[in-house]
Amino acid sequence: MGRRTPLYDIHVAAGARMVDFGGWDMPVAYGSQIEEHHAVRRDAGMFDVSHMCAVDLRGAGVRPLLLRLLANDVSRLTAPGKALYTCMLRPEGGVIDDLIAYFIDERWFRLVVNAGTADKDLAWIKDHAKPVGVAAVPRRDLAIIAVQGPNARAKATPLLPESCRAATGALGTFFGTLCDEWFVSRTGYTGEDGFEIALPSETAADFWQALAAAGVAPCGLGARDTLRLEAGMNLYGNDMDETVTPLESALAWTVALDGNRDFVGKGALVAQREAGVARKLTGLLLLERGVLRSHQKVFAGTAGEGELTSGTYSPTLERSIGLARLPAAAAGSVEVDIRGKRIAARIVKPPFVRHGKSMIET
Amino acid sequence: MSSYPADLRYTKSHEWLRTLQDGTIEVGITDHAQQALGDLVFVEVPEAGRHLAAGDACAVVESVKAASDVYSPIAGEVTSGNPKLATEPELINRDPYGAGWIMRLKPAGGAATETLDAKAYEAVAAAGG
Repeated sequence: MGRRTPLYDIHVAAGARMVDFGGWDMPVAYGSQIEEHHAVRRDAGMFDVSHMCAVDLRGAGVRPLLLRLLANDVSRLTAPGKALYTCMLRPEGGVIDDLIAYFIDERWFRLVVNAGTADKDLAWIKDHAKPVGVAAVPRRDLAIIAVQGPNARAKATPLLPESCRAATGALGTFFGTLCDEWFVSRTGYTGEDGFEIALPSETAADFWQALAAAGVAPCGLGARDTLRLEAGMNLYGNDMDETVTPLESALAWTVALDGNRDFVGKGALVAQREAGVARKLTGLLLLERGVLRSHQKVFAGTAGEGELTSGTYSPTLERSIGLARLPAAAAGSVEVDIRGKRIAARIVKPPFVRHGKSMIET
Repeated sequence: MSSYPADLRYTKSHEWLRTLQDGTIEVGITDHAQQALGDLVFVEVPEAGRHLAAGDACAVVESVKAASDVYSPIAGEVTSGNPKLATEPELINRDPYGAGWIMRLKPAGGAATETLDAKAYEAVAAAGG
């Protein structure tokens, strides 16, 4: 038996198919995964993401700590509530995890990290935090619910505690706000507008049921995966891990390499950039029937070979899409080995879908 | 809840078999199987004229989540793969024992995969097989 979120009983009662994800028993779908996907693209859906872990870092030295620990530059975080997507790296440049850092105040940042990596992340963070007097506290007392879709904010806002509503109504993209024990941020993993809401565990079931009553569709990890892949967002463990750097993972935009700031992994990335990055992560669109899956082999002509890191069926495009790690020179058309047959695919630049609309030529 | 019509035979690998009036055998996947797979998005059916041995992988059903092989429960010659599944794979989700049939074949006799009646199969499915 895996670990359970505060919403486990609600998922089971709703008839969800439960699967193991990073050691947690999580809903993969409540009914049709494709209908859940469309609910988020067209209206509003909600995800229990309480398996993800909020980590509060507190202390006078928290900003200098994160300037050193994170590949993106937290000096960009000056307005309270501002969020930053970033990788945390090994000294050799491999990705320990990808996470979102929120600036709450000069003595308090919050990181939200992946479920499967939470334990190693916390150990790594504490190793660096303790010597500089910063406390790192995992907030397992919080549940996290993502409400996503074009109507997500309109449906969720009236259900928030009254003290939150004015602040959340004014939230810009990639900002969060703390109100009482709730933390509401305008972030997500779907390519749609919406909130991610961290709230006290004991209030999670009531809030979930109120959202459902307001017409927000419960969605499982299955839809979460097709939505994030259409949005061109990486999944840790599939698309990157400790064996690859952000520069090989289409995450160069999250790394602040220039300037004087030194951070863990910087030397390795600078060396890699100077030597030339041999591989890249790119999008693939399958041109024929079939479904791209992770680990399928990709033939990129004279550029060489690569591999799918994620693949699925895109309910919005009604085609198969994927992310693949390919030789840097790969371009144009490629072939993918699908059960012994070579099927044509085209290299495309993600995102595939944004705000309900196709972003590529199909 | 999944349903298992009493007039069909079933395999432990989640296929069903129906004997049609002309003696050909219709094969599909069970309600339990389609529920476990989730929304089907791609189905590859065998071509007419293909000779299969019992236990041969004869079709591929892919859901959003995963690809899965379908095995022929008996030896025989394929008379037809369901042509509608190329454009409507969701027929298997909607009507696994009817419009979602996968192939029909003329039995060749000889060795066959062990088949179960509905009650015995239901026990296999309930055990998470």
